[in-house]
Amino acid sequence: MVDVAKLRQIAPPRRPFSIRSLPGFTAIAIVCFVLLYAPLLPLVVYSFNAGTSLAFWEGFSLRWYVAAWENDSVQDATILSLIIAVTAAVTATTLATMAALGTTRTKPYKGLTAIYAMINQPLMVPEIVTAVALLILFASIKAATNYHGLAYLIAAHTAFCIPFAYLPIRARLEGMDLSLETAAADLYATPWRTFRRVTLPLLWPGILAGAMLAFVISLDDVVITEFVKSAGQDTLPTYMLGQLRRAITPEVNAISSVLLAVSVVMVTIFFFLNRRMR
Amino acid sequence: MAKAKAIGAAAARQHGSVGDVAAVTAANVTKTFGSGDDGVVALDDVSVSIRQNEFFTLLGPSGCGKTTLLRLIAGFELPTQGDILLEGEPIGHLPPYQRPVNTVFQSYALFPHMTVSENIGFGLQMLGKPQAEVASEVERMLALVRMEALAKRRVDQLSGGQQQRVALARALAPHPKVLLLDEPLSALDLKLRKEMQIELKHLQGETGITFIFVTHDQEEALTMSDRVAVMDNGKILQVGPPREIYDHPADRFVANFIGETNFLTAELTSLSKSGGRVKLPSGKTVAVTLADGEFSEGQVTVVIRPEHARLTKAKSKTTLTGVLRNIVYIGTDTHYHLRLPGDTPFIVRTQNQRDTQESYQQGDELGIEISANAVQVLRD
Ligand SMILES: Nc1ncnc2c1ncn2[C@@H]1O[C@H](COP(=O)(O)OP(=O)(O)OP(=O)(O)O)[C@@H](O)[C@H]1O
Ligand SMILES: [Mg+2]
Repeated sequence: MVDVAKLRQIAPPRRPFSIRSLPGFTAIAIVCFVLLYAPLLPLVVYSFNAGTSLAFWEGFSLRWYVAAWENDSVQDATILSLIIAVTAAVTATTLATMAALGTTRTKPYKGLTAIYAMINQPLMVPEIVTAVALLILFASIKAATNYHGLAYLIAAHTAFCIPFAYLPIRARLEGMDLSLETAAADLYATPWRTFRRVTLPLLWPGILAGAMLAFVISLDDVVITEFVKSAGQDTLPTYMLGQLRRAITPEVNAISSVLLAVSVVMVTIFFFLNRRMR
Repeated sequence: MAKAKAIGAAAARQHGSVGDVAAVTAANVTKTFGSGDDGVVALDDVSVSIRQNEFFTLLGPSGCGKTTLLRLIAGFELPTQGDILLEGEPIGHLPPYQRPVNTVFQSYALFPHMTVSENIGFGLQMLGKPQAEVASEVERMLALVRMEALAKRRVDQLSGGQQQRVALARALAPHPKVLLLDEPLSALDLKLRKEMQIELKHLQGETGITFIFVTHDQEEALTMSDRVAVMDNGKILQVGPPREIYDHPADRFVANFIGETNFLTAELTSLSKSGGRVKLPSGKTVAVTLADGEFSEGQVTVVIRPEHARLTKAKSKTTLTGVLRNIVYIGTDTHYHLRLPGDTPFIVRTQNQRDTQESYQQGDELGIEISANAVQVLRD
């Protein structure tokens, strides 16, 4: 008789390989998590401080949120941030959708690599380099036209938002069964109606996810905005940067906490959409 | 183009009585994918006419070009050469959404964001039919495929067989002139498959629409079709009713692909208009039928179906003799594997009867009788 229990002791059942079973995985994960999120904790906590200090806790209060809310500069910066982020996200997502269609719904053609390189420029070129380049370019345009409006910021934001909008849309398109579009054409739908009735509805989650991501990316940009903006055009991040050069009060913490909350909500929605796509 | 049209029109008239235009005609159609050395010739100068109201099947092994021919008819691909005609009119240049032809896709390709009803109504809507007409037609289609109860379901909540029915209803709803079906049953299990075979055949009769059906299952092709085209390597080798394809295969490929068969080398000794006589390896001479094509006296290959031969212990007068090597019992039938002199394999199939017959033993030397008209000379 073979003693099964004893056999099991000698040779425990093999588990499939998993990265979690590597020694130290849990420890490293915890360290990373702490490093990434621990600094945020005091930021959020001191936004509720009753005193002006960022180091001494003087009791709970919402005064800094109220202060930020009532601060005209903060209001202006918020409105500007939202205008730019919404416009840039919508434009970038539209362009990214067209780019994704053009790179997945066509036969491979010459220059496709060049197009990828163009779309992904913001991911490859250091942001500060783009910022300086735009500063120089826009400076000469501003001098020539004497136009100092929002268009520069919106154009710049749109450009660097495109790859972030492009990636989820393209992923969605590539996962879509091509025969659905073939079937629509077979059922008398013209290319435009095929797009409207079949491609677009199925693409929606990807487009929304792309727009979400683009919005968040635009909302928290500092470097390019700082270089491109004209006088008096402060977004929330550049306003905060300006504040930091002066006296720091928990008002900045309050604004940061709100931005953080907006980002977290957006990214959560993004992941939710992404998951539902499967 | 003009030449293709003329050829096509001639081909379209070739079948049936005068004035009876073929539903679909492929006129000298060649389709090449890619170009240069790594180009693939998927269809090689294919000409075929499919009659109105016919259940026509394209049968052939994987990669022989069946799907390509369907896609050319549907308009998803354009022919490299030649033209496709629909009721005598060239349609090779029309995009798919302008061809009155619908397809049942192998993967069904149902729209996942629509309900069953919306899927079925899609084609009619795209044709611009009024809402009321679309609704009543959808009702009719739902009834036709017995899916009324599931009209409001999302398609991803359906079983394979139900999805199959919706795909069928969706393609039939706009009343196409021709319905193309690309291996529509291959994803179903055997039982459901048999049911759907009957249902499809029934639907074809009921709607009067020309069906072009693709399969690589020879049994399916034989049971369902009015006519079968056997394809290999981008060419159509033979077109005919199932019986004709089975009983009178044109060449070795067709004979081999459809059913089991015995090949013998023989000598064609005399030729007449309707047939001829061959001398078999045993020295006996028998009357034969000839496949289409040119023949001359001399060495030929003949085929004899296993069920057209009979075993007997009296071996002196029979056409062939052989040694019994193996007996395989398969329920309805018994297969006897023999070796003829010269080591040629030969199979005889006998239907099993209740009052069972003589029993043969391995190693017995037996006579093989061949039914009249059962020997066919092949083209190659
Ligand atoms: N888009 C394409 N590009 C390149 N080659 C192709 C393309 N479509 C088909 N082919 C080739 O053409 C030939 C015929 O293909 P087709 O799909 O018509 O075969 P089939 O008879 O439908 O086979 P199966 O039974 O496997 O579906 C194959 O060699 C295939 O590789
Ligand atoms: Mg195929």
